[in-house]
Amino acid sequence: MTYTPAHIELREITHAYRTDAGPLPVLDNLSIRMAEGSFTAVVGPSGCGKSTLTRLIAGLMRPDEGQVWLGGKMVTSPRPTVGMAFQNPVLLEWRTILRNVMLPLEIVGQRKSKSDQEARARDLLALVGLEGFEDKRPSELSGGMRQRASLCRALVHRPEVLILDEPFGALDAFTREDLWQTMARLRVEEKFTAVLITHDLRESVFLADSIVVLSGRPARSQYVMENALPRDRTLDDLYGSTATEMLATLRQQIQVAQGRAPAEATAQAAQ
Amino acid sequence: MNRVRKIAVPLVAMALFLAGWEWLVWVNGWPTYKMAAPSDLWPAFWKFRWLFVEYGWQTLWRTVAGLALAIVVGVAIGMVMGFSRTVRDGLYPLLVGFNAIPKATVVPILALMFVGQHDMNTILVAFMISFFPIAVSVSIGLSTLEPEYRDILRSLGASQMTVFWKIALPKTLPEFFGALKVAVTLAFIGTNLMEIISPHGRGLGALFDSGKISSDYPLMFAVLIALAVLGIVLYYIVVALEKTFAGWAERSLT
Repeated sequence: MTYTPAHIELREITHAYRTDAGPLPVLDNLSIRMAEGSFTAVVGPSGCGKSTLTRLIAGLMRPDEGQVWLGGKMVTSPRPTVGMAFQNPVLLEWRTILRNVMLPLEIVGQRKSKSDQEARARDLLALVGLEGFEDKRPSELSGGMRQRASLCRALVHRPEVLILDEPFGALDAFTREDLWQTMARLRVEEKFTAVLITHDLRESVFLADSIVVLSGRPARSQYVMENALPRDRTLDDLYGSTATEMLATLRQQIQVAQGRAPAEATAQAAQ
Repeated sequence: MNRVRKIAVPLVAMALFLAGWEWLVWVNGWPTYKMAAPSDLWPAFWKFRWLFVEYGWQTLWRTVAGLALAIVVGVAIGMVMGFSRTVRDGLYPLLVGFNAIPKATVVPILALMFVGQHDMNTILVAFMISFFPIAVSVSIGLSTLEPEYRDILRSLGASQMTVFWKIALPKTLPEFFGALKVAVTLAFIGTNLMEIISPHGRGLGALFDSGKISSDYPLMFAVLIALAVLGIVLYYIVVALEKTFAGWAERSLT
């Protein structure tokens, strides 16, 4: 096995939230490595600290213990080389779609001319199929379209790292599959290392190179699966035997994480 | 067609209201000291037309000045309460208590505190009565901002101030204008409270008071109508501002 330097590395992270009822541990000695250009999905029972993970990688908060490394540097504060998209597309209602997508450039893109910035935003919007909607307001768009615009905003400043916190979670099944394909297309056109938080196992199998299953709270890395599907996959692949097997294993691991499966499954999962 | 309707319908409603009022007085044969009819008001308006202009202007600018002060202070209080939970917890009971005090009781206190300074007294009452809804709405608007809105800019290293100017402030504008519509009417009430009670204070409130003293009942009613007209004007100025600055919040129902 060849050693690939990690682009994102979580080293033995332990974190607890301070609540009125005492500390609430969410992450317990969690370590994950992600290679440059890779796509990692993180799945786990709900409330297991997945979203905390995204905020740690983005530098929006610091862990109690352990370190986050990004491109060879330790993360201590937010950095402009990160793009984020959430389940809630959080578009600004008073701006047009184009101006929404250009928002990050107002913070980090001062080096480029206005027209270059606009061309960049328009290109991205065209890539996700929102050509012709540049001057519309977010309220005039459907949920799926808003999420597409949100993805464009996350990528407009060419971040090295794309953090996706359940971005497709609130969409209906058909729209979600459309968005998966859009995401796959973006991955071909743009260069980034992606972290996807999700609780949709099929989504993780379709999009990710490796899938990390977290245990229940406090979350540890319980199981890591390398995707066995070919890199260039279609939705049909999700119904093949390889994907079915992967999904079955993942599902079993989630049940272990929820504490609902026999102990032998846990032993089997030990790395 | 729609534009015509927008103007014609309220005008017709107003005409119907005046006609009904006139009819009520006529049918009951009320004397003017019981209830003046709209037709009694025109002579009063005409007789005191210059006073109406002068005092009306006074009432108007005092109200606007009080409201402006309420906006500055209300937004400032709302901002600190919106950004800091500790400040919110500390200030809220104080604000509620302050708001609960009937402003009519504050009027004589202020009048004694700043004897003879009618403009300042009046502006202060208008301010005190109207800043509360502004402070509350701004603080709620800011404190209910979903964390993701902050995160999209914070994750790029943007400062709190940038987040405030680019996201928090514009996002709070609809709530702010909602409160401003309440505040504009309240400020108007505050101005008149002071003008009526404080002697030699002038303004429409003083004109009302002089109508009372000289038993000129049609004049009293005429002042009420003038106040209503000013109130409508101020209110729709706020509505126009809202359309300009927060028109995006208006959901088209199509």
